[in-house]
Amino acid sequence: MSAPPIARTDVTRHLRSVGAAREVGILLALLVVIALATIANPNFLFSADGWRDLFLTPSILAIVAVGQAIVIITRNVDLSVGSVLGLSAYLTGRLFIDLEGIPTSAVVVIVVAFGALLGLVNGVLVAFAKVPALVITLGTLYAYRGINVMWAGSDRVNASDLPRDFLALGTGKILFLPVLTLVALVVLVVAGWVLRNLRAGRELYAIGSDPAAAELYGLAVRRRLLAAFVLSGALAGLAGVLYAARYGTVSSQAGAGWELDAVGAAVIGGVAIFGGSGTVWGAALGAVLLMTINRALPILGIPDFWQRAVVGLLIIGAIVLDRVLAVRQKRSLLEAREND
Amino acid sequence: MTTSTPTRPQPVLQLRDVRKSFGAVVALSAGTLTVDHGSIHALVGENGAGKSTLVKIVAGLYRRDAGDLFLDGEPVDFRSTAESKAAGVAVIYQEPTLFPDLSVTENVFMGRQPVGRFRRIDRRAMRAEVESLFRRLGVSIDPDRPAEGLSIADQQVIEIAKAVSLDARLLVMDEPTAALSGVEVDRLFQIARSLRDEGRGIVFISHRFDEVFDLCDTVTVMRDGAYVATSAVADTSEDRIVRQMVGREVSELFPKLPATLGEALLEVEGLTSTGVFHDVSFTVRAGEIVGLAGLVGAGRSEVARAVFGIDAYDEGSVRVDGRRLRRKDPTAAMRAGLAFVPEDRRKQGLVIDATVARNVTLAIRDRLSRAGLLFSRDENRAARTWASRLEVKTAALDAVAGTLSGGNQQKVVLAKWLATEPRVLVIDEPTRGIDVGTKAEVHRLLSELAGRGMGILMISSELPEVLGMADRVLVMREGRITAELDRADADSESVMYAATHATGAHA
Repeated sequence: MSAPPIARTDVTRHLRSVGAAREVGILLALLVVIALATIANPNFLFSADGWRDLFLTPSILAIVAVGQAIVIITRNVDLSVGSVLGLSAYLTGRLFIDLEGIPTSAVVVIVVAFGALLGLVNGVLVAFAKVPALVITLGTLYAYRGINVMWAGSDRVNASDLPRDFLALGTGKILFLPVLTLVALVVLVVAGWVLRNLRAGRELYAIGSDPAAAELYGLAVRRRLLAAFVLSGALAGLAGVLYAARYGTVSSQAGAGWELDAVGAAVIGGVAIFGGSGTVWGAALGAVLLMTINRALPILGIPDFWQRAVVGLLIIGAIVLDRVLAVRQKRSLLEAREND
Repeated sequence: MTTSTPTRPQPVLQLRDVRKSFGAVVALSAGTLTVDHGSIHALVGENGAGKSTLVKIVAGLYRRDAGDLFLDGEPVDFRSTAESKAAGVAVIYQEPTLFPDLSVTENVFMGRQPVGRFRRIDRRAMRAEVESLFRRLGVSIDPDRPAEGLSIADQQVIEIAKAVSLDARLLVMDEPTAALSGVEVDRLFQIARSLRDEGRGIVFISHRFDEVFDLCDTVTVMRDGAYVATSAVADTSEDRIVRQMVGREVSELFPKLPATLGEALLEVEGLTSTGVFHDVSFTVRAGEIVGLAGLVGAGRSEVARAVFGIDAYDEGSVRVDGRRLRRKDPTAAMRAGLAFVPEDRRKQGLVIDATVARNVTLAIRDRLSRAGLLFSRDENRAARTWASRLEVKTAALDAVAGTLSGGNQQKVVLAKWLATEPRVLVIDEPTRGIDVGTKAEVHRLLSELAGRGMGILMISSELPEVLGMADRVLVMREGRITAELDRADADSESVMYAATHATGAHA
């Protein structure tokens, strides 16, 4: 290399370690929770069911959280994912009941496409009507749920209505990992790779970081937003299929409140609520932490009504941590500039 | 990449009679500009001369209504910034537009990163290219750091790196030096010159003449949205450029009727707000219109806001009728007989969603209310008086203010303040965005008010307006008053000179 030298400065090195620290921190918190619960009741980890639930329980939420993270990275939010999940799960049941003998693979394709369609509605409204996603998806949250209630009424899909091999997916495993967990892992790896390595993925970060600048750069902002919402819908649809397989019973209220867990998982996992930074890996880890805490608290003898509060504290803690880190980063960058 | 320039017959950029209007307002009536390869071309003109509109058309942000646009002789029509970028046009705005969360490297390549197999971004190639880019530009910015926290100068360097990596044939810089220190300006100029030597065309917009003469080889002057003249920098002079920038006849469009000047109504002394304006002193007498001229950003509006008590100031005093006004207390200012018509009427002067009647009576609602209640009947009666005196053209007083034309909106704001029967009127850009016909009406009105003994402080960026209306002209530059000219001494050149030079008028 010839002059002038372009070296990686201390600041950058420091920032890198902070970025990685986020995922490591969640992982540590997760290990602490698991350790405590296992000490209280060894079955939490050291039983066939315990081991399986550890991975199985967070898998569906992790898939929804990945979709949510993709949307939040663009400085939007998708509050309709719980309703999309519910509607998709019910559609899964209806397909098996109404079209007897339909292959499972066909059901998966139809339901995922259906979820994508619901996401497309969100995306079109956000990208073209220029109404904040918070309002649009709050509307579709109620609208989709309303359709679900109208369609299902007091009826519900029962495990006995579903083919046995489909239900086996919900609890089965390959080698030592549950099938659902493997599906979630595949989703995670693909989404993580796309966001990191493709132009389209990087542009999602750019749009979230500064939407006005993205327009000036000439990025295809609308198309990318549309894609983000379609992806979120499709993943919620996939989660709906898995939900039906896992629980067997689907009422018109399936998935109610999941949108908040998904947003919470993303935020805990370090996805900035104002977009532009965070990873799907963080969001998935956040989902795992959230669900594991939910399961661990009763074992630790913490009363039911405290459990929600703990989750709330976790989210607030994560946001405060983000703020503190952001302020510190800004200051250290400014100081580095002064010292130039 | 191009390093030497073979003689090219075609200019890199050519605009001919490009037109753009927004509603009734013509922002650009005849934009003409020819930029050669290997040339740094200055584009100068007063505020509102249409430079920014022209740039935005070249950048693909606006679409022109009429006229021709050629790039290397090819007719082009950009529908988006992506299209102009693809054609090799790079624009660096006054405020750089970067993604704060992303690394410097990603900022340079966003949207056109080098890709390998499976369209995967080739980070190593990207990183290597950014290093060679920075080395070529002679800068040492850490390519891995986030863009957040970079100085404006460094952000501009990144914008330039973007343009170079795009292999842009045309680079437009819109007042790039406004926020830079001396050293940073030197670095920017060095880069600009080396890009010129590579055969690229550069358009350089600046208000600073010394920079134009230092850096550029050709200069095009614009005025009132139209082309005036293009000359080689070597063949022209500062005085000539200033004359071309302002050189219109002051038409009889703005007649200020002579009025007998009375006692001093508004006295401002030594007004200082650190970093904003310094030691500003002036007097406005009854029946007098005092014009406050200067370039945008000279601190004129800030002075007006401080006088009216919206913003605080550090030192000095404001007196109305000899009585000192409390700092930062607009209510006291109103009670003392001050009225303030701000620059941005949609945001600061009007309640845009309320009716005309509501708006007109807004400042006198205390006086109109009975036992704390406001009745529409009273509001309408009071509003009708003022609306008819100002000839507000609206079908009904219950029309929503936002639906009126710019001129009529301005009249409503004026009516609102006149209803308080003020003694001194401070008015910021009285005719911005108003069509010519209504302009004359607003001027007639101001002149009439002065005739009845009101004192008026008028801030205006439009020289003919200042010269036509003002009994006395104050010129501000960078927060200080650089000249005070009587009506007889004030002409375009002396005002423009004082607005752009630290020392007083040379006239």
